[in-house]
Amino acid sequence: MSSKVSVLRVSQLRKAFKGGGFLQKRQEKIAVNDLSFDLNKGETLAIVGESGSGKSTTARLAMRLLDLDAGQVVWGDNNVTTLAGKTLREKRKHIQMVFQDPFASLNPKMKIVDTVGEGLKVHNPSLSKEQRRIQVAETLQLCGLGAEVLDRYPHQFSGGQRQRVGIARALIVEPEVLVLDEPVSALDVSVQAQILNLLQQLQADKGLAYLFISHDLSVVQHIADKVMVMFAGFVVEEGAIADVFNHPKHPYTKALLDARPIAHPNQRKGLQDIQADEGVASEGCAFALRCPFAKDDCKSFDMQAKDGVACLYPL
Amino acid sequence: MLEIRNLSLSIPVGGEHILAVSDLSVSLKAGKVLALVGESGCGKSLTAQSLLRLGEFQGVNKETGDILLHGQSLFDVSSEALRKIRGGVISMIFQEPMTALNPVFTIGSQVLEVIHLHTDLDKSTAKQRALSLLADVGLQDGEALMQQYPDSLSGGMRQRVLIAMAMAGEPEFIIADEPTTALDVSVQKRIIALLRSLQGDKGLGMLLVTHDFGLVAEMADEVAVMYAGEIVEYASVTDIFDKPSHPYTKALMHCRPELTKDGKLAVIAGNVPSPGDWAQGCRFAPRCDLATATCSAAAVSLDAWQDGAHQARCLRVGES
Repeated sequence: MSSKVSVLRVSQLRKAFKGGGFLQKRQEKIAVNDLSFDLNKGETLAIVGESGSGKSTTARLAMRLLDLDAGQVVWGDNNVTTLAGKTLREKRKHIQMVFQDPFASLNPKMKIVDTVGEGLKVHNPSLSKEQRRIQVAETLQLCGLGAEVLDRYPHQFSGGQRQRVGIARALIVEPEVLVLDEPVSALDVSVQAQILNLLQQLQADKGLAYLFISHDLSVVQHIADKVMVMFAGFVVEEGAIADVFNHPKHPYTKALLDARPIAHPNQRKGLQDIQADEGVASEGCAFALRCPFAKDDCKSFDMQAKDGVACLYPL
Repeated sequence: MLEIRNLSLSIPVGGEHILAVSDLSVSLKAGKVLALVGESGCGKSLTAQSLLRLGEFQGVNKETGDILLHGQSLFDVSSEALRKIRGGVISMIFQEPMTALNPVFTIGSQVLEVIHLHTDLDKSTAKQRALSLLADVGLQDGEALMQQYPDSLSGGMRQRVLIAMAMAGEPEFIIADEPTTALDVSVQKRIIALLRSLQGDKGLGMLLVTHDFGLVAEMADEVAVMYAGEIVEYASVTDIFDKPSHPYTKALMHCRPELTKDGKLAVIAGNVPSPGDWAQGCRFAPRCDLATATCSAAAVSLDAWQDGAHQARCLRVGES
């Protein structure tokens, strides 16, 4: 693409959740801290990190499904940070979501034609029932499903087919951005490849932008152009996928990459550390407790990123 | 030795029983890890659970075959003896560390319960035993940990506690059903290292149930690949990676994204069939590029291929 068109831009997002509750001290837990990114038309930005790192929260903030504590969310030309209610709903056409679990995210009592067509009722209310049905059939076909599935119910589908339905439901309103939260991690390996190919085909045909959330680094390496690595609510490293994966600068990124499953039994390593190692530091660099390179001043480091890396001693 | 011989299992579906595992034979040997690999619905977890006769609680029926522990049928033992075998000879590690622990009891009381079940230790010796079991699985601050409830532990810590509990009865065999699937990658690596070191140190026989070839590469000595309720290929781990012979194994190996840097991923057309929807003859034929009419004419047997240790259930094995 010759010129870059921003379709999703967030800046300095912050979100904290109130923890604790019954018989416990209430305390704030920062889920996302000072997070910014810019996603262009036709691009895929992946967010990787372990559970609790804030990647799903980031997706929900970018979708405006959660209220933010600070920062800005811009969809294309529209600053939607403070929109709510009907005005926000009208803009939602721009950005749609595909969920991890295609079993849980489809209403078991609705026919596929109604599930997929629901978005049209909101965003294109003038369509007649027949017109809607035609458009649903066309969208399903793009996703590799024939017209015979229109009047079926979700339980009649396999996991891979349900994920195709989930993608069709997101695509029906012709969004610019798809937010994909672990879209293939619930699928069988043989089906996972079908869905990844479908996503790449759709992106090539329609210039869609993807915000792709995954814990599977092999999938991310295959599909993403850019990547953001999150740890404990902070972006610890970001950049082009090849740069970050081939030359990780943050010790956490390197640890994640080193933990990737091996491809052949002859890559087995000898004796390895078996001790539990899962802490998050509450002050200074959040990764310092687990970092083999941590020094004293890491304990007071504010985790500001410089040249795409939030580390005092980048690798 | 723990042997499954010609085992067929059926599951209840809407009032009738449908065959879910058919004529399956494998054996677990001391000090060896056998991986049972396959996609969802192929019957691998049912097979694993049958080794402790756990499927019966969900209405799973044994249609044919036997399970032999050192030559003795598990279907002939008293329920008292079976209780001793569970955890005392054969232990299980489950996939979901979030649900396998009871949320209303402390870690200490749950670990101690297992110790008391399998030993006659007095209170203070049992506690020492609990601390040493926790230390064995990489949990150093055992005293404090024993006071805690499961919800204050991370997934990786919980899985360690469950592994400690599985080791409490000093079993000879471990059944590990997707032991790392629910964990973060960085945690996975250490749990794999832990399982490997425990298995090696104690000479355990292990059945590793998984869909993850990375885990197979890390841990297995031998691999049985399952598809639609039966084993389609059986070989040493290096043979499975270097010369996979069944078209299904080959296709599974090819569609892993780490092997394709750019462009389209290789796919297997269609979907994994559910029990009851298996094809006649070769059950993989409807999704196989090599299939001919002969493949669907009659059931295909699992036959030795190349040397005797490598078996495949395919009429066109070796062709590509």
